[in-house]
Amino acid sequence: MSGRTRGAAARLGLLAVPVAFFAVFFAYPVAAIVSRGLKADGAWHLGRIGEVLAQSDVRHVLWFNTWQALVSTALTLLIALPGAYVFARLSFPGKQVLRAVVTVPFVLPTVVVGTAFLALVGRGGLLDELWGVRLDTTVWAILLAHVFFNYAVVVRTVGGMWAQLDPRQEEAARMLGASRAQAWRQVTLPALAPAVAAAALMVFLFTFTSFGVVQILGGPTFSTLEVEIYRQTSEIFDLSTAAVLTLIQFAAVGAILALHAWTVRRRETALRLVDPSVTARRPRGAGQWALLGGVLVTAALLLLLPLTVLVQRSLDAPGLGYYRALTREDGGVFLVPPIEAIGNSLSYAVAATLVAVVVGGLAAVALTRRDAGRFVRGFDALLMLPLGVSAVTVGFGFLIALDEPPLDLRSTWILVPLAQALVGVPFVVRTMLPVLRAVDTRLREAAAVLGASPWRVWREVDLPLVRRALLIAAGFAFAVSLGEFGATVFIARPDNPTLPVAVARLLGRPGELNYGQAMALSTILMVVCAVALLVLERLRTDRTGEF
Amino acid sequence: MLLSLEGATVRFGGRAVLDAVDLAVAEHEIVCVLGPSGSGKSTLLRAVAGLQPLDSGRVSLDGRDQAGVPAHRRGVGLMFQDHQLFPQRDVGGNVAFGLRMHGASRRQQAERVRELLELVGLPGAGNRAVAALSGGEQQRVALARALAPSPRLLMLDEPLGQLDRSLRERLVVELKELFGRLGTTVLAVTHDQGEAFALADRVVVMRDGRIAQSGTPLEVWQRPADAFVARFLGFENVVEATVGAEAADTPWGKVPVPEDAPQGTRTLLVRPAGVRLVPAGTGLRCTVAARTFRGTHVAVHLQPADAPRLEAACALRSAPETGDEVGVEFDATEIVVLD
Repeated sequence: MSGRTRGAAARLGLLAVPVAFFAVFFAYPVAAIVSRGLKADGAWHLGRIGEVLAQSDVRHVLWFNTWQALVSTALTLLIALPGAYVFARLSFPGKQVLRAVVTVPFVLPTVVVGTAFLALVGRGGLLDELWGVRLDTTVWAILLAHVFFNYAVVVRTVGGMWAQLDPRQEEAARMLGASRAQAWRQVTLPALAPAVAAAALMVFLFTFTSFGVVQILGGPTFSTLEVEIYRQTSEIFDLSTAAVLTLIQFAAVGAILALHAWTVRRRETALRLVDPSVTARRPRGAGQWALLGGVLVTAALLLLLPLTVLVQRSLDAPGLGYYRALTREDGGVFLVPPIEAIGNSLSYAVAATLVAVVVGGLAAVALTRRDAGRFVRGFDALLMLPLGVSAVTVGFGFLIALDEPPLDLRSTWILVPLAQALVGVPFVVRTMLPVLRAVDTRLREAAAVLGASPWRVWREVDLPLVRRALLIAAGFAFAVSLGEFGATVFIARPDNPTLPVAVARLLGRPGELNYGQAMALSTILMVVCAVALLVLERLRTDRTGEF
Repeated sequence: MLLSLEGATVRFGGRAVLDAVDLAVAEHEIVCVLGPSGSGKSTLLRAVAGLQPLDSGRVSLDGRDQAGVPAHRRGVGLMFQDHQLFPQRDVGGNVAFGLRMHGASRRQQAERVRELLELVGLPGAGNRAVAALSGGEQQRVALARALAPSPRLLMLDEPLGQLDRSLRERLVVELKELFGRLGTTVLAVTHDQGEAFALADRVVVMRDGRIAQSGTPLEVWQRPADAFVARFLGFENVVEATVGAEAADTPWGKVPVPEDAPQGTRTLLVRPAGVRLVPAGTGLRCTVAARTFRGTHVAVHLQPADAPRLEAACALRSAPETGDEVGVEFDATEIVVLD
């Protein structure tokens, strides 16, 4: 066996686990959705797509879904790009802490964000009390929540690139006679454009497939595809329409991801990158101070205020009443005290993290090989699919595909962690891959020549260098699992709700006490996620991963 | 033979980077592969190390075919061009790495690390971080690391490439002494002829994946195999010529050749020392186009009326000024008929 075929065989071996995982828990459920939607009496009915699209309420949902995603993306860029600049190029006291704080929203569960904005702009919310302003019946609540969510995506993606651009490139342009503005336009902007495009596409993707936020803030008026799919399945029981909608969403997400992969590839084209710590300078001149001030005020109003209001509302009842109510069995929608959701969430999240790290880690190691062929690169793109293909699709797919032999997992607890792991794997791969790829191949060769077998090379060279990335990946998978709502809401059993599911159920019921309990449970969820993230932030370096 | 390559061929996308290379290295021999960048030198080392699979041909160590033997079982050492020290380990951890892989006990490791650090002139540096080392120190640690598991063949890829000139010249001497004392078999590649000539028992010149010439440093220097080798060694005065019994017809006119020179259409090399300057009016009429100071002599670049330029080596004092008109005569003992 020659060295080449041996390498290929090892790679396929590593890929076997992730491939099998995705085949069974992603491809198979999706195929089940397709056949459920388009097949009747053993024959394909492609005309069903046209029928569903012809319904005016479906067209309305599609139209709203698209324009709210576009407006959310534009708004996010407008508000977050100055932030990206400030975090990349200016140094100021407390920057590290602040950077961690603005990242918290990204890992917050959608349900928490929805609840927090409800507490801020909803009925009886802060703005309502102060000025009688209510936004929860308007699209603004959704748009603001989307900006809140995705602010960190832009700051991370664009700011990360901006901080690593060599300032001497601009200086070289200045020496050749370019004005400050010309140098920025000719040198910095083209280098930055792919990162901006990639970030914009990510934000568009996240807002296009938004579920929890719209479910809570949208009311009966506003509905995205995700919400509509959920409604069709769980309220109207029209599985065939839901399946067609899923396919439409699938196609749209596939297109967005393909575009994203293309911009990322362009972003990787040989730019001279430098250590981010050398490019930041203290603000100079009134303009830069004003910018810094503006960004700080925006961050405080947009990011901190909703969360603060959420905490304050949860404490509104005397003697921590809402928190204490969580421990009581109420026999209504819940068969168990809501507080038990914490234990459920944590144990599901631990299991999901283990699965995601093993599957995603193996995939990342296999994809690291520089001689990776077309097939392997294709798999790379495929791994991203669950990230965009929407949690609701995953949950719906699990529901209809894994409930009958040969795979009847309906009654096992592992179903929820598996769905959550599926959503977490892309994060693990995206975090590990850049770090693994940055390990110099010749370092591995040096170890091999000194007598280390391939397995020992991995243990002695790769592992110590990626240990941090592995922890970060695990943390991300944990936070994502903890907050996962769209898939879990389909498959969590009534007597075993997770935190987000419990929050949504409490919000769905009338009464002050339920509302207050939802706030309290959201606060608990937020604290758990924030702690997980802040621990990660201590581990993170600027070059780890894309998120 | 300790190492032998037979018809070793490596292709990258249809282009042969190693083209049917035959090479043998005997025990205790120091062989330097010399060639411009892209000539396939590094690929040659990687093929021997087992890091680059062959497309055809074979690599044998101690007479055993190495096909299918992975890099970590070949028992050869390779020192990388940019050292590739493990950043997360200290100096001692780097040197001990190969010993650990071969299952040496902790005590054996410590003993050998101490011994090697002393050998390369860094006694007691075991606890230092590799990031804190200077270029020369890194190079010594890399050498100690490669030597530690006592490889039967030590390969060096541009061993001194990144160091400054004076350090390089000192280290070449140190390396040569060290290898002689240890009896190490060495296969090194470099693009620097000074380094190759100083280090090697035998020099192998490579061009486009093939071996252009192989011989002792003196042989290669005195009788370059062809125009390519001559030009690569820095000789400028290389022309096509029709060689007769006593003289050759060249663009520079009649040039005397040594008695036993092969005749016919040949390539002719005139060493700079064989270009004698005489007063204008005699010999080949030339203008001095440029002069470069070379320390021990001055290289004078001469432009004849309609022939290629000539380089002459002149004593410091007698060198003409730029723009001077001079005559040129040739010295048969400094002329080599190639091919």
